[in-house]
Amino acid sequence: MASLVGSRVERKEDKKLLTGRGKYTADVNFVNQTFAYFVRSPHARAQIKKVDTSKALKASGVVAVLTGADIANDKIGGLIAGWRIKSEDGSDMKVPAHPPLANDTVNYVGDHVAVVIAESLDEARNAAELVKVDYKIMKAVVSTKDAMNSDQIYKEIPKNLCFDWLLGDRAKVKEAFDKADKIIKIDLINNRLVPNAMEPRAANADYNPSTEEITLYTTSQNPHLARIIISAFNGVAPENKLRVIAPDVGGGFGSKIYPYAEEVVCSWAAKKIERPIKWVADRTESFLSDCHGRDHVTHAELAVKNDGTFLGFKNETIANIGAYASVFATVTPTYLFGPCATGVYKMPAAYTNVKAVFTNTAPVDAYRGAGRPEATYTIETIVEKAARELGMDPAEIRMKNFPTQFPFQQTLVHSVDSGDYVAGLNKSMEVADYKGFEKRKRESESKGKLRGIGLCSYFEACGIAPSPVVMMLGCGIGLWESAEVRFNPTGNVTVFTGSHSHGQGHDTTFAQIAADQLGVPIENIEISHGDTDKGPFGYGTYGSRSLTVGGTAIVKACEKIIAKGKRVAAKMLEASEDDVEFSNGEFVVAKSNKKKTIGEIAFACYLPGTYGEVKSPLPEGEEPGLKETSFFDPVNFSFPAGSHICEVEVDPETGETKVVKYTAVDDFGTIINPLVVEGQVHGGVVQGIGQALYEECRYDNSGQLITASYMDYTMPRADNLPEFKLDWTCTPSTTNPLGTKGCGEAGAIAAPAAVMNAVMNAIGAEISMPATAEKVWKVCNQNKKRNSEAA
Amino acid sequence: MKKVSLEVNGKKVTKEISNHTILSVFLRDILNLTGTHVGCDTSQCGACVVHVNGKSIKSCTAFAADLEGSKITTIEGLAQNGKMHPMQEAFKKLHGLQCGYCTPGMVMSAVDLLQNNKKPSDSEIRKWLEGNICRCTGYQNIVAAVKEAASKM
Amino acid sequence: MKTFNYHSAKNVKEASKLASSNSVFLAGGMSTIPSMKLGFANYRDIIDIKGIKSLSGIKVSGKTVKIGATTKHVEVANSKDVKKAIPSLAALAEGIGDPQVRNRGTIGGSIANNDPSADYPSACIALNAVIHTNNRKIDADKFFKSMFETPLKSGEIIEVIEFAIPEKSNYQKYPNPASRYAIVGVYVAKHKSSVNVAVTGAKSCVYNDKDLAKALTSKFSSSSIDNFSISSSGMNSDIHASAEYRANMIKVFAKKAVDAC
Repeated sequence: MASLVGSRVERKEDKKLLTGRGKYTADVNFVNQTFAYFVRSPHARAQIKKVDTSKALKASGVVAVLTGADIANDKIGGLIAGWRIKSEDGSDMKVPAHPPLANDTVNYVGDHVAVVIAESLDEARNAAELVKVDYKIMKAVVSTKDAMNSDQIYKEIPKNLCFDWLLGDRAKVKEAFDKADKIIKIDLINNRLVPNAMEPRAANADYNPSTEEITLYTTSQNPHLARIIISAFNGVAPENKLRVIAPDVGGGFGSKIYPYAEEVVCSWAAKKIERPIKWVADRTESFLSDCHGRDHVTHAELAVKNDGTFLGFKNETIANIGAYASVFATVTPTYLFGPCATGVYKMPAAYTNVKAVFTNTAPVDAYRGAGRPEATYTIETIVEKAARELGMDPAEIRMKNFPTQFPFQQTLVHSVDSGDYVAGLNKSMEVADYKGFEKRKRESESKGKLRGIGLCSYFEACGIAPSPVVMMLGCGIGLWESAEVRFNPTGNVTVFTGSHSHGQGHDTTFAQIAADQLGVPIENIEISHGDTDKGPFGYGTYGSRSLTVGGTAIVKACEKIIAKGKRVAAKMLEASEDDVEFSNGEFVVAKSNKKKTIGEIAFACYLPGTYGEVKSPLPEGEEPGLKETSFFDPVNFSFPAGSHICEVEVDPETGETKVVKYTAVDDFGTIINPLVVEGQVHGGVVQGIGQALYEECRYDNSGQLITASYMDYTMPRADNLPEFKLDWTCTPSTTNPLGTKGCGEAGAIAAPAAVMNAVMNAIGAEISMPATAEKVWKVCNQNKKRNSEAA
Repeated sequence: MKKVSLEVNGKKVTKEISNHTILSVFLRDILNLTGTHVGCDTSQCGACVVHVNGKSIKSCTAFAADLEGSKITTIEGLAQNGKMHPMQEAFKKLHGLQCGYCTPGMVMSAVDLLQNNKKPSDSEIRKWLEGNICRCTGYQNIVAAVKEAASKM
Repeated sequence: MKTFNYHSAKNVKEASKLASSNSVFLAGGMSTIPSMKLGFANYRDIIDIKGIKSLSGIKVSGKTVKIGATTKHVEVANSKDVKKAIPSLAALAEGIGDPQVRNRGTIGGSIANNDPSADYPSACIALNAVIHTNNRKIDADKFFKSMFETPLKSGEIIEVIEFAIPEKSNYQKYPNPASRYAIVGVYVAKHKSSVNVAVTGAKSCVYNDKDLAKALTSKFSSSSIDNFSISSSGMNSDIHASAEYRANMIKVFAKKAVDAC
């Protein structure tokens, strides 16, 4: 049987999704279900003086109206920050309480104040208008940059400072800077984004009074995490009485890793009213209350020698984490950001200092790439600036500072096991026809357009796991992954994974892995995920971790199956276990050429035991059944890397900027399914282009969200984009048996810097993201004025 | 309340509905045709595109009461006798979908394009799909799939 | 959404009779339905006029193109007659919203709504349109009064929009990258004795830029407006474009439109 790993296998999950038979949370309905509508704060910061629910309670169809006081009475716990960060001075981070329904204060527009539960959605929505909330409006803190010098939001948190964190060695950096020929400096903003999975968040909670069990359907990347948080921290129900199901999920990009207030409230309230409660966000609610991404203000400096050698780097960042510390809010701008600050370069000294601040805006958490796009954008734009100031080619300065020996000990944390950055950049330049740029530039100029080229060489630490490491860094839990491989008696296979697919294609790629391992046709393998009552506990999908961690768990579980299969085959084939070989789905004894298929072995494992004349095929002491579980915890992160090259064309009359050519050469180690991996790169690159050219989440000075719909928040559309060219290099990861590294976040990490370097190259000036038509036009207009004055 | 009679995926349907019932709600909640998705409130995202009398429209921006006598085709009605439409086949072959949420609207919109333009260019496809937002695919494989379908139809 | 009474009118007279201060005529519903869904508007009566056959259709005579109020954008965009008589008008229709909006949205609805960033009002101004209602004829320059305001009275229904066929014309716009509505749209039309430069998206209501029109009337060449500086006072300013940007784009697009004529 030919190996499936590496083949462009069409996705198993596509038929249902293409024919309208997918089952998303909003498609789930229970008999006798009610509908929830949340009363949200219209103010960015206010004290709640009184909540009057009396009119709403009398409205048509209303079943219940619940408030923060009810949550407090029932002792339902608050939402949590999952990662404890310590400040440079050794003190613990400071976080405010975050009740699922606000008690005495609201802290961002969209904050949850009450929930109205009614027989229909219309009735719930109409009644919500009758909930009277008496607010004392307070001055909102909105600006990331000024948050530390603004009014204090929480009395226990001076300067609105969650933590002031340092990674690296300030003294060594100072020494390095003292020796420098030149210091390159930049100030930049990493624009705030809204993840915008196309499926809005939703929940449907059903309480069964006879078993006292809650079943929660939810839009989650991580149903097991939702269950443990809602059980252990919110205290809604014991873990064994809470079943969380994340059915088909319409994209996540980080925003659905953890449970939100709505899931907690619906689960709790369903138990209270003993009826199912359905809640589906509309898009405006998604904009208001999904966690946002990025939002950094950074000052960075790079110390260089005149020949382009890097000596030292410092990154001083203020990270806005919004009104409350969400689950991954504190790790995203620290351990996911800081260690990658020095990029793909040898950097003798470096530090990253991050001040995380609270503001009266929606919580900010992980969004595709989480910390690594911000780090990459900073180092890759400053490196490009260094090249400009030193008069070097941007490729040359990168090549000069790439490591050539692997494993490569990064300056700040990571030991990168494998990579070949020189080969990656060379291949990217070849595929992008880097040499032909000047000709293309002249062609653009002949049409009155400016053309620019930009590079970005990145690496990322992903495959988010090793438990000892993440726990040492403050994570409240280990981050291994589980798999259970279950042979059914008739020889087909169900594989349970603790990760979750919401577009990534696990139903196919994981089946490819299992098919190769077990020699079973892929049609006979079913991947099951997303239901806490089915598979073993797991940690879900984010941080490009599913394949390297979860995929490896499948390999390990398959290895255990084969080991047991060998013992059984040895008995059945009357051979010694050592003489049994397994390949292509068959256990073979070379000496006698006797064989059994894995299907026959599976069937034998489920036959009855020895009784009288009936003789069990199983060796003595061997338990019946063929099912194995593995919990895989890798020894290190994995480190994908690559070089992307972007070309843009700018219309100087209007400032309109279009990406006209984009090349991505990535090293993801082993690729299981190129079709799926290409799709991941395309999507990631477009989210990166979106950040660079189009997307920006904007609040006004009073904390009102201005970009609260697709009328104002610019999503990249088909006609904004060119066709991308993709290629690969491959240095397999040494930390997992598949050699995979992860591919989901790469595009979003690399593209912003590649695009912005191209824009700045085209217009010859620094400009902030997103490079909107007006911003670009202003620069072009100034250039034009300057040129005409000079003439 | 109003009684409406229309044809959905080839079947006659008569239902008593509220006047303000939006077509997407009618399809999803009353007929349980949940393949039609809703991704926004402003008629921008296109996840809800269906065909009314052969033409693509956004079902989130039409009253069901307003469609008396119309013939409606939803994503569930595109495959015939268990065989997927060439557009669906092409999306599968070329990985034109990831999470699948925008997909029904994307496919219905793309089918309408080919009714208007049998051999669209890349830029015509991209322009036509401006009313359909996808967050996963970066559109490249969608464009490729539409071209593939055009070559097969 | 609050519920309402739904009426399907068979003819203009019936529709007009059903109208009140708390009603709205429904054609494509491309603006009405979203604003109702978002709670910005509520009506007691919705009067569907799509079924009124006399309100739909395109007729080209020697000097004018008459388009019925419930004619859909897609019909205008694809009409061979319109493409021949006023190609820029077909092109404008082709650029409204997206294909699904064009399959349902109507010219009468767009004009009656008078959204400051809609496309059709600029065509009406540039092409000296006459708006025929069931009661009277209104010249376009009297019709678009101010943001979302028109002289239409309760019970008054647009029946036909009559465009003068110009010698040359072209429409250029820079769409809002998010909503795709016009941030600035400039419709230049050269008639026998005068030129109109209708601008949409830039101010609270569509208008004819008299200065640009005058310059182009004396010499129809983009060079005649090269030295123009358009004041940004009174221009819209939002997160997508400042008043200054809009003012500059008017000139850029006016020139592009003239060059494309």
